Amino acid sequence: MSMLHTVNKSPFNSDGLSSCLQCALAGSSVLLIEDGVYAARRGTQYEALVQEALKDKKIYALQPDLEARGVKSNLIDGIELVDYAGFVDLTTDHDSVQAWL
Amino acid sequence: MEFGILVNEGPYQHQAADSAYLFAKAALEKGHKIYRIFFYHDGVNNGTRLTTPPQDDRNIVERWSQLAEEHDIDMVICVAAAQRRGIVDPEEMKRNGKDADNIAPGFRISGLGQLIEAGIKADRLVVFGD
Repeated sequence: MSMLHTVNKSPFNSDGLSSCLQCALAGSSVLLIEDGVYAARRGTQYEALVQEALKDKKIYALQPDLEARGVKSNLIDGIELVDYAGFVDLTTDHDSVQAWL
Repeated sequence: MEFGILVNEGPYQHQAADSAYLFAKAALEKGHKIYRIFFYHDGVNNGTRLTTPPQDDRNIVERWSQLAEEHDIDMVICVAAAQRRGIVDPEEMKRNGKDADNIAPGFRISGLGQLIEAGIKADRLVVFGD
C-alpha cells in the first residue's frame, strides 16, 4: 500500500509538513501544492527535514504553484516537479491520497 | 479511473477551489471520470449563481457549472453547510420559507451520505481545502 500525501501549507506557518513526514511511511510520496511549495526551497530551516524525508520517500512539488509564487529556482535536489497532469498521475499511481489540510 | 473530489473551501478565499478545478480538468483531459464533486463547509459557496466577479478575473462558479455540463459531473452541495451559509435551491426555499433561491446550474443540494458514497464508489478521493 503506497500513499500519496498532499501538503498545501507553508512550513513557516503550519506544522502540516512535519506532521505529514512523521506519519508518512517509507516508500510513500509527498506532493507539495499551494503554499506547501515553499518547503521545496534550498536554504530554509526546513531543508534538513525535507532532505531527511528524501532518503526513503519521494517528494514532488506542483510546478504551476511554484511559478505563481516566483520560487521556481533554487530548489532542493531530488524534488521532482509535476504539473496538474502529473498530479493526476500521482494519485492513480498510489493506492490512496491523504490531504494534510 | 473514477475520482471523487471534496472541496472544503469557498471561492476567492483560499486556493482550494482553483486547485480542485484544475485537478478535475486535468483528470478529465487524461480520460478519467469524475464520480462526484462534493462541496462541504465553506465550499458550498462555490455553488451560488449570484456571484459577479470582475470581468478580468476567473468566474469560479461559472467554471464549475460549465465543467459539470460538458462532462456530466454530479456536483453536490452539503445541505447542512448550505443552510448555514444561505445556499438555497427551489426545494430548500420552499421548505425553509425563503423568498429566493441561488443555486448555480449543475449543482444540487443533498446530504453527507453522498460524500461517503463517493468515498466508497470512486477509486480515489482527493481532498482540497485549507
